[in-house]
Formats: sequence, C-alpha cells, structure tokens
Amino acid sequence: MKIWLSFTKGILKENPVLVLMIGLCPALAVSSTVRDAFGMGIAATFVLVCSNIVISLLRRAVPHQMRIPIFIVIISTFVTIVDYVMAAYSPSIHHALGVFIPLIVVNCIILGRAEAFAYKNPVLHSTMDGLGMGIGFTLIIVLMGAIRELLGNGTILGSPVLGSGFEPALIMILPPGAFLTIGFMMAIKKKIWGEK
Amino acid sequence: MISNNMSIFLIFISAMMVNNILLIRFIGLCSFFGVSNRMETSIGMGMAVIFVMVIASIVSWLVYHHILVPFHLEFLRTATFILTIASLVQLEEMVIRKNSPNLYRAMGIYLPLITTNCAILAVAFLNIDYNLSFFKSIIYSLGVSLGYTLAIVMFAGIRERIELSPVPKSFKGYPIAFITASLMSLAFLGFKGLFGL
Repeated sequence: MKIWLSFTKGILKENPVLVLMIGLCPALAVSSTVRDAFGMGIAATFVLVCSNIVISLLRRAVPHQMRIPIFIVIISTFVTIVDYVMAAYSPSIHHALGVFIPLIVVNCIILGRAEAFAYKNPVLHSTMDGLGMGIGFTLIIVLMGAIRELLGNGTILGSPVLGSGFEPALIMILPPGAFLTIGFMMAIKKKIWGEK
Repeated sequence: MISNNMSIFLIFISAMMVNNILLIRFIGLCSFFGVSNRMETSIGMGMAVIFVMVIASIVSWLVYHHILVPFHLEFLRTATFILTIASLVQLEEMVIRKNSPNLYRAMGIYLPLITTNCAILAVAFLNIDYNLSFFKSIIYSLGVSLGYTLAIVMFAGIRERIELSPVPKSFKGYPIAFITASLMSLAFLGFKGLFGL
C-alpha cells in the first residue's frame, strides 16, 4: 500500500510543477508543442528514476556533509547519458530542446527528490517515487504543450484539429503564452481543490 | 541567435533585452518567483546573480577551452561546470554571510539554491554553444545577469502593488504572478527586431 502511495502522490497530490512549484523552467520553455514536451518529460523521468535508484542504494555510504556534490555528480552522469543518446537517436528533438537537456542536471525536481526522498527511503519506494514524480511532471508539460499547440497553432502533434475556420492565437506559442497557460492552470487547480 | 561575429554592443543588448533570460528564454524561473515578493530581496538576489554569473562564466570558459578541449574530455562538461559553479557559490555564500548578515537572513535558502539556479549553468553552456571568445563571453554573461536583475526588480515592484489590490480568490498568489509575468514577457517581446536582432 505504501509503495503505491509513493507512486501516486507525485502525480496529483504533490505534483512537482503545480503544487511544489519546482521544475518550472523546462515546463514553460519546452511546452510550445506536444512533441517537445513529451521528449523533455521522458528525458527528465529517466534521469529522475535512475538517480533515485543509485542514491537510494548509496544512501548509507554517502556522508551527510558531502551529499549534495555527490548527488550532483550522480545526476550529471545520467544527464550526460540522456544528452548523447538523444543526440544519436532523435537529433530533431535534441536540437529543439537545446540547452535544456544539460540543464536537467539543475532541475530542482531531481535534486529535490534525491534530498527529500531517495536519501531516506529504500530502493523500491525511491524508484516508485521517481516514476510517480516523473509521470506527474510529464503529464503537466504535455498538457501545457497540448493547450499551447492547440490554441497557438490549431494542431495537436502537428496534425490540424480545429479546422480551417480557426484563427490561431500566435501568442500562445510565444513565451508569454507559457506564463499565461500555467497561471490559468494554477488558478483552475486552486478553484477545484481549494487552498492547499 | 547570438554568434561571435556580432559586435560587443549587440551581444550585450541581445542578452539583456531581446533574449531576456527570465521572460523570453525561461531560465532561472524558480528564483524569479521565489524571491520576488519584496523589493530588497530581489535586488540582493540580482546582485548575487551578477557576481556569480560573471565569475562562473570566466572560470567555466577557461576550464572548457584550456582543460577539457586539449584532453578531448568535452563530454564531461556537464559534470565539470556544475561542480565549478557549486564551489564558487560556496565562496560567495561565505563572503555574504560575513559582510552582510541582513542580506544573508533575507535570502535564506535561496543562496545555496543559486547552485541549482539554471541561469548560471545555462550561461556557461551557451558561451560554449555560441562559440564566444573569452572577452565576448564576459560581455554576454554581464548582459544576461543585468537582464535578470532588471526583470526580477521590475517584477518585485509589480508584485508589491498586487498585494494591495483586489485579486479574484483563486488567482491570489502564484496564478496572478504568472499572468503578470506573461504581460511583462509580452512587453519584452516588443524588443524583438531591435537592431535587426
């Protein structure tokens, strides 16, 4: 039961972007299309799960004062792997995400989960926590990508959905649209679930 | 896009206004929303970022071009840069704690968070990606960090006023802050096309 809880809390109750307010930069920057948002979500989830597993395994061996630099080295190893794998297998997404791939290393979600969860919990729980947080993050940025792509371009995943009569609001795929989308998403979340 | 062929002035303006790191590039947003409640703390944060960013890009540029490239270790740049920057931030933390305890108390947890402030690391990467020369990478990082300070101080000013205004209940706090940022970003979008950038 508790393992299941470790998994589900990241998706809604402690959603990293909407509730904990961390990991905002990639969420806003790469969510102009569904495809880029999905690529970012997968990359971050991979790093999050792998680093949670390794940190959880090493948690007894890591001295308390040295933990942050050690976490960062572990995380940056996985980020380098993702960086090179993406460049080899999907160069177009790699190009679209640009500097945001190496920046996964300072994504607050990953260091935050390492410090707050993986460092204190057994491997299985940490894996599920990483998976849940990663999925929660991916869901939000894909949703943002869908909203922005639909309103700003009239398409989803590149195929037109809204018909020819729709006049796309270009602002939604430009930077201001990202702030606007997440502002409204948070307001709606607050309206439905109330003050946290 | 910035390249090494551009003049110093254009690099500076582009980094500060046209491609403002917070409002157009979306880098460093955690601190943008985290410390912008009050004017003084956001000025302090801005100064801290200027100081760290310029020194970090000098050090990371030297490390990349004089250590990593000669030994063909470019793939280690993510790990190297983050460790270099982490130790620099420690240094700055000690200096601020010693010289200005008030500022240190006001910024609280955000000073260690500069380590994971993506803006600092991003500029180190972008200096390399844009192929900037040593001198131009200093100008670039100066422009970026001044742009950061400009945006965060303006934003803090607006947020102080919003606190006194009647905002719909579900928009109170972060939602209205994001919508404010959206309008500021729209204003900064107006710089696009300046000097043909």
